[in-house]
Amino acid sequence: MAKTVVQEFTKGLWAEIPPFRLVLGLCPTLAVTKAVDGGIGMGIATTFVLVCSNVLVSILRNVIPKQVRIACFIVVIATFVTVVELLMQAFAYPLFLQLGIFIPLIVVNCIVLGRAEAFASKNKIIPSLADGLGIGIGFTLSLTTLATIREILGNGSFYNISLFGPSFEPFTFMIEAPGAFICLGLMLGIMNMLGKK
Amino acid sequence: MGDYILLIISCIFINNILLMQYLGTCPFMGTTKKMDTALGMAMAVIFVLVMAGSITWVVNDALLKPFGFEFLRTLAFILVIASLVQFVEMFLRKSIPTLYAGLGIFLPLITTNCAVLGTCLINIREEYSLTEALFSSFSYAAGFGLALILFAGIRERIILARVPRPLKDTAIGLVTAGMLSLAFMAFKGMV
Repeated sequence: MAKTVVQEFTKGLWAEIPPFRLVLGLCPTLAVTKAVDGGIGMGIATTFVLVCSNVLVSILRNVIPKQVRIACFIVVIATFVTVVELLMQAFAYPLFLQLGIFIPLIVVNCIVLGRAEAFASKNKIIPSLADGLGIGIGFTLSLTTLATIREILGNGSFYNISLFGPSFEPFTFMIEAPGAFICLGLMLGIMNMLGKK
Repeated sequence: MGDYILLIISCIFINNILLMQYLGTCPFMGTTKKMDTALGMAMAVIFVLVMAGSITWVVNDALLKPFGFEFLRTLAFILVIASLVQFVEMFLRKSIPTLYAGLGIFLPLITTNCAVLGTCLINIREEYSLTEALFSSFSYAAGFGLALILFAGIRERIILARVPRPLKDTAIGLVTAGMLSLAFMAFKGMV
């Protein structure tokens, strides 16, 4: 039992790490990784929603009728997103402003709905918790990595601390929309190369 | 009138929902492998988004605002969109079967398309009036469709090209989308 829980947790960190192995949830990945703090903040918010919705869906899995399960999952997820939205507004207002529209959009992040449908609705509470936590942390790691690359190249800084001094000419392309697409595409290619059997 | 034209152009080209605001990337990657599916998805999004944009605006203005329930906006909007999609699906199946056959499988996917919810939220955030919201919903959806169709055209050619194995499929798709987005960045100087 204990072993499977650990397995559920660790698969999110490498074997099924979103958004590279599970190509889902690309929109927030592209949008919030301009800077490292945004990436980490978004990762933590998504992890919170994932864990809570996984646990609640798992508790309710025998109560929810099969035909309307997607609608029920969406309501559960939307509730927790509202919780995150209000919490961030209260305790992390600058981050709330920076992420803007992408906090409510966690509702339609396919990763969250995907885990509720594919895992939590079929498994007990503890594995669902481990699954949510693992996938969430994996997502946070990916966002942070991508944001680190983009912020260092595009802004010459890491976590808003300047790295190269004033003479550095930032490669602003990287923090614009095209840079996001290309950077994610290349990283996906690298991950495919590393994970090749 | 000039304001509306400006709004339409800026929503379609300058702030293109897909290539400039990164919304709706998942269906973008999923449905652009063939021109037919891209066309179907584009039509379905335009159809639903115009309705969703105006209904969510009314819900926000008539229900949430007067009672101070603005914090429930996310929940209310996603419910409106989900039930609207279901309703449109049932209505089309009964009354316009040919259109239903064309849009059929794409309709349920729209519920989790962030471009739809995103546009509804942008409409509220920018404090558009009802007509402005209607125009912006239509032109954001048209911009989404335009990007989808352009990209499907490019992607059909990529299949014929020799691509390094690790970059196949989604990875090269994202890089190509980056190039397309670079082209759209040129519109920034237009207004």
